[in-house]
Amino acid sequence: MNDRPLVIAGRTLASRLIVGTGKYKTMELMEAALRASGADMVTVAIRRVNLNDRPADEFWRHLPKDMVILPNTAGCYNAADAVRVSRLAREALDTPLIKLEVLGDPKTLLPDAAGLVEATKILVAEGFQVLAYTNDDPILAKRLEDLGVAAVMPLAAPIGSGRGIQNPIHIQFIREAVTSVPVIVDAGVGTASDAAVAMELGVDGVLMNTAIAEAQDPVRMAEAMRLGVDAGRRAFLAGRMPRREYAQASSPVTGTVSIARPQ
Amino acid sequence: MKLRLNGEDREIPTVATLADLLAHLKLAPGRLACEVNGAVVRRADYAAAALREGDQIEIVQMIGGG
Repeated sequence: MNDRPLVIAGRTLASRLIVGTGKYKTMELMEAALRASGADMVTVAIRRVNLNDRPADEFWRHLPKDMVILPNTAGCYNAADAVRVSRLAREALDTPLIKLEVLGDPKTLLPDAAGLVEATKILVAEGFQVLAYTNDDPILAKRLEDLGVAAVMPLAAPIGSGRGIQNPIHIQFIREAVTSVPVIVDAGVGTASDAAVAMELGVDGVLMNTAIAEAQDPVRMAEAMRLGVDAGRRAFLAGRMPRREYAQASSPVTGTVSIARPQ
Repeated sequence: MKLRLNGEDREIPTVATLADLLAHLKLAPGRLACEVNGAVVRRADYAAAALREGDQIEIVQMIGGG
């Protein structure tokens, strides 16, 4: 397909789908789903090593080695904690990439805008390449772009809710407002059509975890998501027809045999 | 010596440095990150990072997540 590739922080990605690695029933299933998704960037979390048990290297063994690893700050509820986890992630994984989450409350897991801006300033100053998980707020998205993030990642719906894009017009406004870095819809996608809708709005990519991991058949859903993202991207590039209020016949209205006209 | 390791108070045979502690815990330093009293210690500095009684140590790694 004639399309420019997705480039995040100087890294060219073949796929516009970015996937998480959480919630899989087995590591084998995770590995198969990651492969089927076609993604070449995956998110991971940073957590304490279990010192009472042998540290599981199993996760690392099942992580495809050709994928770009994007650590997150999931579970952080203030800027200081998010900065701390980012520094640990950089040391553990030897990467400046960080998916920055500063959450506001455990029920909605919605971003805390003030904390997000505060952490972004610190991390950008320290040389991190920040992929900012943000509210579907065009003004905040623009602010984050101005602060120097590597990608702006508005949510479709709350993390793990699978509800699809709740505020398409704001995603569209964000798409228009953010011009220098990629816009990735992150969180809330439930099924392949949700991913396609996101891409049809013109965003550069989609990031998801639960929609694949919690599907009845995660490998098949990963494939569906790959195709959904691809279909949505192609539809966006193709340029959709205008919406009309009423019907417009597809067949010529002249030259019909002598048939009754509607009254 | 007593250390606070990943949020738990633990009594371990006396170690001089962070490198010694990781060896005692049989943890290979790759793909880990360590903090001593809230500050990240670079991997190259483990052998030089002296530990004292009561130090708070965090040892983290990556796991599955979104």
